[in-house]
Amino acid sequence: MQERYTHSSSPVHALDARVKVILTLVFLLSLNLTPISAWPAYILYLSLTLSVALLARVGTGFVIKRSALALPFMLAALPLVFTGADARPLALPLLRELGWSVPVSLQGLERFASIALRSWISVQAAILLAGTTRFNDLLTALQQIGLPHLFVAIIGLMWRYLSVIGEEVLRMLRARASRSASAPGRYRAGGSLAWRARVTGGMAGSLFLRSLERSDRVYSAMLSRGYNGQQPVEGLEPISAANRRILLAGVALLAALWLFGLLTGR
Amino acid sequence: MRSMQPLIEIQNLTYHYPDGKQALNGINLAVMPGEKISLVGANGAGKSTLLLHLNGVLTGEGGIKVDGLALEKANLGRIRALVGLVFQNPDDQLFSSTVYEDVAYGPTYQGLPHSEVQQRVQAALDAVHMDDYASRNPYHLSGGEKKRIAIATVLSMQPQVLIFDEPTAGLDPRARRELIALLHELPQTMLIATHDLPLVEQLTPRTVILNRGAVAADGPTTRILRDARLLDENGLC
Repeated sequence: MQERYTHSSSPVHALDARVKVILTLVFLLSLNLTPISAWPAYILYLSLTLSVALLARVGTGFVIKRSALALPFMLAALPLVFTGADARPLALPLLRELGWSVPVSLQGLERFASIALRSWISVQAAILLAGTTRFNDLLTALQQIGLPHLFVAIIGLMWRYLSVIGEEVLRMLRARASRSASAPGRYRAGGSLAWRARVTGGMAGSLFLRSLERSDRVYSAMLSRGYNGQQPVEGLEPISAANRRILLAGVALLAALWLFGLLTGR
Repeated sequence: MRSMQPLIEIQNLTYHYPDGKQALNGINLAVMPGEKISLVGANGAGKSTLLLHLNGVLTGEGGIKVDGLALEKANLGRIRALVGLVFQNPDDQLFSSTVYEDVAYGPTYQGLPHSEVQQRVQAALDAVHMDDYASRNPYHLSGGEKKRIAIATVLSMQPQVLIFDEPTAGLDPRARRELIALLHELPQTMLIATHDLPLVEQLTPRTVILNRGAVAADGPTTRILRDARLLDENGLC
């Protein structure tokens, strides 16, 4: 598991992590509170993320490629296309001849496109935050803007052990591949789908148990070094005046964008 | 009768990790049928990386032949049946809810008929002296027991070569002694990566030392283990 952070000396990288976290949250809020079908506003939001990507020199390609992560979220909104209030059977020639009819709703389609676009842009914003801020700075920033210690600790530990568990998965897959052989003669290797699914299920279960045990060991090791649930609080430096100006300007811009969205959407 | 050809033949094997670091650097090694060989070397010398090449889990540059078959994609299935790899951590290898299912994985994957699978599981469990453990959950076994079951899971594929990565690591003295006795009993050709020099002395007539991804020495165990300077140079004492 490698960090998504790519180092560069751009102004976006240099910005106080707290400012970036707050601006990202405000961005997500204003974008997702924008009503559906506010297409001009969406385009402005998209151009905002892409401009920041250019400014940060992480590349628009990087952001767009990574934002494919949003695809599964989009799928969740897909049923809207078929269940909207104005759903009408779609008159496709081929479907009609087969005797099938699929109800398609124009309103639903609009809602789906709005949700898909917004989740795509939202993921881009998160990628920009993670790509321009060191993970540790991000954790500290989250703590400093008031996220409870427990949440910050969970996020930090999850990040720390994800790679350990990832390696465990890799070793299990290797061990399985080593025993996935073919016999000489007429036998067909591979086994039935149900059997393979059961094996995979067994692997997932075993991984879960091992992770659970590991978490116990990690926790004991933390306790024995004096962990008491509190992260050591770092000296709180106030956000610098320049950074505060950027924060205010950013929030104002996002508020304006949101108002624009209210006017253009439905 | 077939003339003696190496069971495993490695020619000029070189491997870089994805991050560009060189792990293996021009390895040449021939393993004759029936040989028992130890592979020793400091941490990071490339032992495990070399072992993972022998059944194609990793693929570097250079040539590997197993029983005359070139190690390439088309032969992977055959070669994995010939080469039984026992991993260091048995938990990586045991993932079913019963010992039986784990030992049956290899033959079942090969598509063998049910009666044959049963017979092979029985024979493999007998060979590691764990025949009454078939219905147990591998998760609840002791370290030494898990190790034996892990060996049974490859024995059930009737391999010609057994490859071990640190077989005695983490075992208590008795479990270790019993495991070494078991390895003595098993008739297969063996390649054992280990830090356990007493095991090397007791078990394998031939020793290969790896250092920084290359073969630093290859010869009779008695000669190599007596060469204090050689051992010191390669971080073994």
